[in-house]
Amino acid sequence: MVVAAETLSANAIGPGFSKLAWVVAVLPVVSAALTLFFGKRTPGRGWIYGVAAMSAGFVLSVLVLWHFVQGGGAVGSSVAWFTIGPLHVEAGQFVDGLTAIMMIVVTTVSLAVHVYSIGYMHGDVRFTWFYVVLSVFTAAMLNVVIADNLIQLLVGWEVMGLCSYLLIGHWWEERINSNAAIKAFIVTRVGDVPFLFGIFVLIAATGFHSANIQQVGELVGGADVSRGLVSAAAVLLFGGTIGKSAQFPLHVWLPDAMQGPTPVSALIHAATMVAAGVYLVGRMYSVFLHAAPEVLQFVGIIGGITMFGAALLALVQDDIKRVLAYSTVSQLAYMVTAMSVGPAGRDSAFFHLFTHAFFKALLFLAAGSVIHAVHSNYMSEMGGLWRRMPVTFWTFAFGSAALAGIPPLAGFWSKDELLVAASRGHEVVFTLMLLTAAVTAFYTTRMVMQTFLGVYRGHGEPHESPAVMTGPLVGLAFGTVTVGFLGAAFSRAVFFKWVFFEVPEPVTFVPWVATLSILAAGLGVVAGWYVYREQPEPDPVFQLGWFSSLLVNKFYLDEVYMNGIVLPVRDRVSAAAVWFDRNVLDGVVNGTARLTRDLALGTDEFDRTVIDGAVNGVAQTAGFTGGLLRYLQSGNVQRYAAFLFVGVVVLAIVITRV
Amino acid sequence: MTGQEYAFVVLALVGTVSAIRLVTAKNVVHAALYLVVTLSVVGGVYLLLAAEFVGWVQILIYVGAIVILFLFGLMLTRAPIGREALDNQQRVIALLIGLGVLAGLVFLIQSAFSWSGPRLRPSVGTTAELGHSLFRQWVLPFEAVSFLLLAALIGAVVLSRRDDRP
Amino acid sequence: MIRLPLVLFFSAVLFSTGVYGVLARRNAVLVLMSIELMLNAVNVNLVAFSQLWHDVTGQVFALFVIAVAAAEVGIGLAIVILIFRNRETINIDEVNLLKW
Repeated sequence: MVVAAETLSANAIGPGFSKLAWVVAVLPVVSAALTLFFGKRTPGRGWIYGVAAMSAGFVLSVLVLWHFVQGGGAVGSSVAWFTIGPLHVEAGQFVDGLTAIMMIVVTTVSLAVHVYSIGYMHGDVRFTWFYVVLSVFTAAMLNVVIADNLIQLLVGWEVMGLCSYLLIGHWWEERINSNAAIKAFIVTRVGDVPFLFGIFVLIAATGFHSANIQQVGELVGGADVSRGLVSAAAVLLFGGTIGKSAQFPLHVWLPDAMQGPTPVSALIHAATMVAAGVYLVGRMYSVFLHAAPEVLQFVGIIGGITMFGAALLALVQDDIKRVLAYSTVSQLAYMVTAMSVGPAGRDSAFFHLFTHAFFKALLFLAAGSVIHAVHSNYMSEMGGLWRRMPVTFWTFAFGSAALAGIPPLAGFWSKDELLVAASRGHEVVFTLMLLTAAVTAFYTTRMVMQTFLGVYRGHGEPHESPAVMTGPLVGLAFGTVTVGFLGAAFSRAVFFKWVFFEVPEPVTFVPWVATLSILAAGLGVVAGWYVYREQPEPDPVFQLGWFSSLLVNKFYLDEVYMNGIVLPVRDRVSAAAVWFDRNVLDGVVNGTARLTRDLALGTDEFDRTVIDGAVNGVAQTAGFTGGLLRYLQSGNVQRYAAFLFVGVVVLAIVITRV
Repeated sequence: MTGQEYAFVVLALVGTVSAIRLVTAKNVVHAALYLVVTLSVVGGVYLLLAAEFVGWVQILIYVGAIVILFLFGLMLTRAPIGREALDNQQRVIALLIGLGVLAGLVFLIQSAFSWSGPRLRPSVGTTAELGHSLFRQWVLPFEAVSFLLLAALIGAVVLSRRDDRP
Repeated sequence: MIRLPLVLFFSAVLFSTGVYGVLARRNAVLVLMSIELMLNAVNVNLVAFSQLWHDVTGQVFALFVIAVAAAEVGIGLAIVILIFRNRETINIDEVNLLKW
């Protein structure tokens, strides 16, 4: 039973297609099932279901957005799901401008990846299964963005974690891949536990009544909910973000996740799943706002550390995907840091999330194209590819420029908005952002030059990838160029009319901020060009002594985790488990066995003495009686006659006297 | 006690003694002879009871024929002539049973009649009366008995035939 | 003028003696003799009662008994002789094929 589809804001425009947002989330489920059952038999081994579903989903997402383009308001609908005591949990959708934007992001990137994988994963041993999990993942992410209550969001969140694990470990035959998958899963899990408890706290704040996001958002602002409770909830929720969006200190899984196929990196670890953590903060923003101010400061600190640290780590990577991975961590931290600034920061963070999805996915897919051609991930084995792979080169260049923040590409506009938001009162954040922008530009330039310019340093004859792979690159490049204008001040910044926290913020163009950001980016690019124009060997970033080794060893964080946490726990826990198993479990089992055996012996005794005794006794009695009675059958006639006479006498007396 | 009764008691005593000797004799021929005496005594008792036909038939058949048969039987079966134990192991039980039978019978007699019971006045028993009754009223059983005797005769012949044909 | 119970008593004695003989004797012929003794006792009884009731039927039956006894002795001895032929003995104790 569907509870009424209500228009939550009073305006004259009907809900239109926005009511059908849930269809977009269900389509990938259907395609996953179809691929699972019929994929192997379908020509092309099953990509068609996913591609069809994503195309339809994309079209539908655009139609949903159209409702908001026309100025429509948020729409929601739900069905009752389950009830525990006073808690009523529904399953439903809440569709506002943010939801529509997120849906566009997910369906666009997912469609690009689906098409791209036709070429990239061609001939793979688990091609069909790959598409199944891709579809399941997309369904889960869409579920997260349209969910109207925290429980449903959590379900999608966890399913995404599972799909990430499955896809990172897609080539699990190699130990390093399965280890990376396990690392990703466990580290994000460490963040998921506080997230879960955060949900519990929020449910408690509603009086154990509801998990609905809108209701929670309204309630936390009320006077009867304690600030401490709200702060606790905010911090716990942020734990989930730290895990899922790979912030310090749980960022360690994302670089290792590059062991998975490149389309997976593009979809999950660039554009969507890792963005879910940022989305969570933004969606639950009223909780963060009504918490103690220290909470947002904490968010900002974590974001700041991650942002700058990850940018530095990107400098010393030779693996092109690792550069992009650390870059992703850094960019996500940009968004998180912006969130800590205030509602304006929140909105600009979402804008950056939007643009970042496009250019990061583009970069990953283009890198995949390069890897596919060169059969190596390492930039030191690349170079001079701009002639041989022109489409890849130009799309990669656009993506890199966007990443570095070069106007008029999308990345510039969104980064600019972030800086503007930070500039109003948060100087430290602002400065850090600028510095990071410079470093970002530097390593981006390094990446482009090492990969495409100069002389080819590898083996074989790399050539351009097939159209099925370059097509999505071009599409994403188009997006990279154009979507930035959605949020630019001079084009009426329509993006912020769709995505806003409570009230749309006016968007202004601040010249000095823009100038500074262009300067920072330009500085980074020039420096990068200068250092790498000659393709120096060995790479200069490794020549910086202790600084280089610190970065190369990733600030020794992995060692700290392994020796400080993983090994002791594993050894202690396993020792405890062994003790438990040997003494308690085996004790119980052996004890039971002993008991059974004793019982069996006792029963045997009983059976032998009592029961057999009884049976034998009966037999013996029968034999004994028979032995007695046999004397009746002596064969002796006179014996018989004797009995006869006795009987006669008795009978005679009895008959006559009785 | 009348004279008849005395005679009867004497006869009865003789008969009893000979009967007892019959069943306890150690010599089979002696036993057969005692049988003769007993049967004769019984015949005498019949005569005392004025059953003259039955009495003479008794003497004729029993003493005359049956005892001879017995003697033949004894001779043909090489009966051990001499003092050998002719009693089997259940003598004691047999004695008890015999005494029991006697006791039972005496009990029955005594409960039916007192010891000074009815006196017999022997009246019927002449041959003529017997003949009348036998050939009128009881002619059918008579014929049946004749069949029986025929069957017995044939049976005895058949049974004792030596089966040594080639 | 004989008292009936005396006669009956005599008959009873004869009968019991016959019973003893049947049960106690080892020789088959002697057993047959004892049987004859029993039959005679029965005859005495029959005759006595026929005189009590002044009915000759009792004596008629005594005749029948004598006839039957004769037949029986004939057959019985034939059987005894057959047993003797087969077994070389007429010790009844040894004729016990129907023994358990």
